[in-house]
Amino acid sequence: MEIQDKNADVPKRAAALISGGLDSMLAAKIILDQGVDVEGVNFFTGFCVEGHTHAIRKKDRSREKRNNALWVAEQLGIKLHIVDVIDEYKDIVLNPKHGYGANLNPCLDCKIFMVNKALTQDVLDRGFDFVITGEVIGQRPKSQRADTMPVIARESGAGDRLLRPLCALNLPPTLPEREGWVDRGKLYGFHGRDRKPQMALAKSLGFTDYAQPAGGCCFLTDPRYAGKLADLWDARGERDYDFDDIMLLKVGRHIRPAPHYKLIVGREEGENNFLSGYRRRFVHLNTVSHTGPLTLIDGKPKQGDLLLAARIAARYSQGRGAEKVSVSVHHPSGVTEELRVEPLPPTELEPAWHVGG
Amino acid sequence: MASVVTNQEHPPGGTARLDARGLLCPLPVIRTQDKIRTLNVGDVLEVVATDPGVLHDIPAWCRVHGHRLLTTERHTGSFYFKIKVTP
Ligand code: SF4
Repeated sequence: MEIQDKNADVPKRAAALISGGLDSMLAAKIILDQGVDVEGVNFFTGFCVEGHTHAIRKKDRSREKRNNALWVAEQLGIKLHIVDVIDEYKDIVLNPKHGYGANLNPCLDCKIFMVNKALTQDVLDRGFDFVITGEVIGQRPKSQRADTMPVIARESGAGDRLLRPLCALNLPPTLPEREGWVDRGKLYGFHGRDRKPQMALAKSLGFTDYAQPAGGCCFLTDPRYAGKLADLWDARGERDYDFDDIMLLKVGRHIRPAPHYKLIVGREEGENNFLSGYRRRFVHLNTVSHTGPLTLIDGKPKQGDLLLAARIAARYSQGRGAEKVSVSVHHPSGVTEELRVEPLPPTELEPAWHVGG
Repeated sequence: MASVVTNQEHPPGGTARLDARGLLCPLPVIRTQDKIRTLNVGDVLEVVATDPGVLHDIPAWCRVHGHRLLTTERHTGSFYFKIKVTP
């Protein structure tokens, strides 16, 4: 084969941030097609929409179970490193230097964190020469703007080794372009919220099946989820969380009758099974006389609160129309008591108790 | 034990185990990836997990990285995989 330039015999290496969505797939593909050796990186923050809800809720089980980032890597024929950043990411969620987007999504800090993390070579098998993202100027109001692009490049430490192939023509040439590792003439100048150019490009590259996450790649962009997280911080009097907290916010009805406790009521069998894994750590309730949900009580319920909790649990059981429902209350100490209660009429369940709306 | 896929062979290398039961996807695949990083070519990793998502994720991850999935089995709510580490 003819050697075309001085770099052809030493392929340059790029780390591509792969979210599982279309844009990052296209960005990686454009660079891959230029002969660059591309490896994918995907970060698991704990808030990713990917994955667990499939395992928990029956209603979601009919959907494709695939991990979209892995699927993208397979389509592209590149390696993908999925990195657990749950602990490190906490500081991004709790203290975002650049603030939040419409909900509790710290998108700008998140991007800076991810590009920086991709730069740290321990997440990849080998060193690399530059980083690729699927960002498009104007695509997202908070993080993908003309003025935030240089901020991400600078604060991540990537500088001009950060290449956005989809909007590169709207930005000054980066090191990979200046050095001729990639041909700027084969990059794009997409901008704004219009998705048609990406879809046309996908079609021309032969991609017909791809994920199109609405709004964002994580639960922090979801107003209901963000509402539950904010409620958790309010109730505890501190902005903090652990992995179990953020998982539990994805599951069940969250009902807070008083500041010092809330109920997490399973909505169906899959959620009951999931909650069951946590039951020993919480006061929890089962309906005994009728089929019903598993209910966990988070916080510090007083003895008098258990009656209302039992009435709420009964309200979500098959016995909701019955005069009385038997509910067993299990304490983490192992003590169990049984209450016979009248299911709470829907009119007495205050709308404001529903956390996250 | 009901076998879903069988491509058994006798492993020449050592065998390591990973218990990923109770973890939701993508954590089982992350733990698998991190464990394999510590193994040698030819070693076999046995993984057990409970999230049904692993039936998709672990084979996909093996294909992407070129490791060989020797067996996939399902037994009373758990999924068992044997993966041979390749270069
Ligand atoms: S939507 Fe979530 S994962 Fe995506 S950039 Fe924003 S904070 Fe990060």
